[in-house]
Amino acid sequence: MTSTTSTPPTRPLEPQKRAIVVGASSGIGAALVRELAQSGYSVAAVARREARLQELSDSVNTAVPHGHVSIYSHNVTNYDEIPTLFQTIVQELGGLDLIVYNAGVQPSVTINEYNFEKDRKMIEVNLLGAIAWLNQAALRFERAGQGNIVGIGSIAGDRGRVGSPVYNTSKAGLATYLESLRNRLTRHGVTVTTVKPGYVDTVILRENAANPFWVIAPQEAARQIHKAVKRGRQTVYVPARWGLIGLIIRHIPSIIFRRLSF
Amino acid sequence: MIKQEIQNETEITTTQPLPADRLEAMAGWGGSNSGMAYLYRPSTVAQLRQIFDFAAQNGRTIGFRGGGNSYGDAAMNDESIVLDLTRMNRILAWDPENGRLTVEPGVTLQRVWEYVVEDGWWVPVATGTAKITVGGGAAMNVHGKNAWKMGTFGEHIYEFDLMLPSGEIKTCNRNQNSDLFFAAIGGFGMLGCFTSLTLHLKRIYSGLLQVEALTKPNLSSTMQWFEDYMHNSDYLVGWLDAFSKGKKLGRSELHRGIYLKPGEDPNPQQTLRLETQRIDPDIMGFFPRSALWRFQRPFWNNFGMRFVNIGKFSMARLRDGAIGREPHAHFHFLLDSLDWRKPFGPGGLIQYQPFIPKETAEEAFTQILQLGQQRSLPNFLTVMKRHRPDPFWLTHALDGFSLAMDFRITRRNRERMVQLAQEMDEIVLRANGRFYLAKDSTLRPQVARAYLGEETIKKFLALKQQVDPENLLQTNLWRRLFS
Repeated sequence: MTSTTSTPPTRPLEPQKRAIVVGASSGIGAALVRELAQSGYSVAAVARREARLQELSDSVNTAVPHGHVSIYSHNVTNYDEIPTLFQTIVQELGGLDLIVYNAGVQPSVTINEYNFEKDRKMIEVNLLGAIAWLNQAALRFERAGQGNIVGIGSIAGDRGRVGSPVYNTSKAGLATYLESLRNRLTRHGVTVTTVKPGYVDTVILRENAANPFWVIAPQEAARQIHKAVKRGRQTVYVPARWGLIGLIIRHIPSIIFRRLSF
Repeated sequence: MIKQEIQNETEITTTQPLPADRLEAMAGWGGSNSGMAYLYRPSTVAQLRQIFDFAAQNGRTIGFRGGGNSYGDAAMNDESIVLDLTRMNRILAWDPENGRLTVEPGVTLQRVWEYVVEDGWWVPVATGTAKITVGGGAAMNVHGKNAWKMGTFGEHIYEFDLMLPSGEIKTCNRNQNSDLFFAAIGGFGMLGCFTSLTLHLKRIYSGLLQVEALTKPNLSSTMQWFEDYMHNSDYLVGWLDAFSKGKKLGRSELHRGIYLKPGEDPNPQQTLRLETQRIDPDIMGFFPRSALWRFQRPFWNNFGMRFVNIGKFSMARLRDGAIGREPHAHFHFLLDSLDWRKPFGPGGLIQYQPFIPKETAEEAFTQILQLGQQRSLPNFLTVMKRHRPDPFWLTHALDGFSLAMDFRITRRNRERMVQLAQEMDEIVLRANGRFYLAKDSTLRPQVARAYLGEETIKKFLALKQQVDPENLLQTNLWRRLFS
């Protein structure tokens, strides 16, 4: 016999907002944990790197009055443990209003490199992990008749480019998956937001971009993402000016695009 | 997957997830809260025991749900197991000579009165809705419009069988396992699950009730009316105009019901027929009651309700002193034919119902009504009833009055409502008042401790510890007030 896992007390007129952030140990994910905790969410931070998570939760829980960040170390490619972990987290949060899938990897790939190990890793983390986690949330939110699902895609998913074919594929796949979820779930009162960040000052950027511009801090990206969620936006570029770039990139004819080196 | 705070509790990894297809959204009757739980609907005692075992082995908690008519969080157990008992709904025994009825917990009050009325019996305590279950009525120890005379629902329960978390079934009555008897009635499902309950019903000699309607111009004359008519009435209930102020504060329309004595109804066989009791689904034969809310909805705000209350009082004045006969079911359950929640909109409503001793009631009610008006949070429907004490541990009942107030909840007024409820709690506690868990959405642990008394709570918690050492039985209400 096991002791009962406790659900936190709730007060009918003072509902607690609850969020899960997957991929929370650094970058946009960590900033989102901080942002959500500051605006009153009880947040479950999920990531591989436990020490980093601990550091994050300690700093947020001391900085934010009544801040409540709990941490779960988990590798998103351990797909089998996700249903149980998801249920445990939701029970410990006492419910769920928002899930953000932010886990993503982008190993640097040279222009003539075809490395299946790297490619596989990107699909497993960026796409399959997202599907494994968000399927759980989708099923739940459909039955709840409410909820917000957020996927951190990328402007890199808008076109297939010479630099990183599989990263582009993983983010394009994610965007399509999220679109399908949106089409399935809007009728059930669920909002699905696809976030496409431009250059955000994170490890991925430092490892991959040669001449970044319009770079924003992760905290600013998190603030804008939170705003988009509150407004129930469907697809949002962060910051918004990348929407223009996205628009142009999406419309460059292939006859030109295949001659470009970017 | 390791959660830092509970790293050493490795059992967590061994528990199996609950089946996602059992996940259901649910809310209190007032609809001002929402949550999700894994819903099981056992139909037999054996299935019930199986779920108890399953929950215990997997470290899950269980909350019970009957008709789901508690306003707040009494029938919710977020993210764990909720047992909907409405399939355990068999009538086990009926003795029409002595009016003794034995039922499973999921039988509704509607089933009960429809089953017995033609034999000349009625439910001794009828709530404002017949959709409650007998098990739920016992667990929340509900009351009706005759609470000063017939007491609470529990007083008419002769005995019950209670399945404890261990799976053992105990028969409880006033002599046998009497602690469990007096604690489980009103114990909001925290000690065990009723598997059968035996009730004593009320003999009636006609399907009709004599009903008098009249108005009173203010609070003190309203309350005096209750005192004057207590000894020679069977039902007393008052509707108060919640918007009236100053000298008119608490002006009311009052209804007094009296059972017909043998011989007063020339044709009881006719009036006791089910057909006589049925509430016509249409008003004046053509307008469906179920659509009425569409016309109410535009008025269900602070501005519109002022006119609804004035209008209702003016209408009441026109029929002041009217005496008529109406079927029992009409008198008690008319609101069941409408959807009372819908006019309140998507944010739902809460009901705040304090019980205050007769000596301090008038002053406290005056303060409470004025406070809501001052805060621009008037309640939309105010109902006054008279009560008497009962022997159950966690009871709301006392020798005094209650005032049930429906407050509309919107996204914008939640915080102010919480604040107002706290201020009203203070007034109620100062007046030595009590609260009622079936209605509650706002109490805090310290207020519950104050009105129930440390001694009573200690006694109740000790009994719970004894029968449910693992705290298997929990609800949102339990965690909010007692954990």
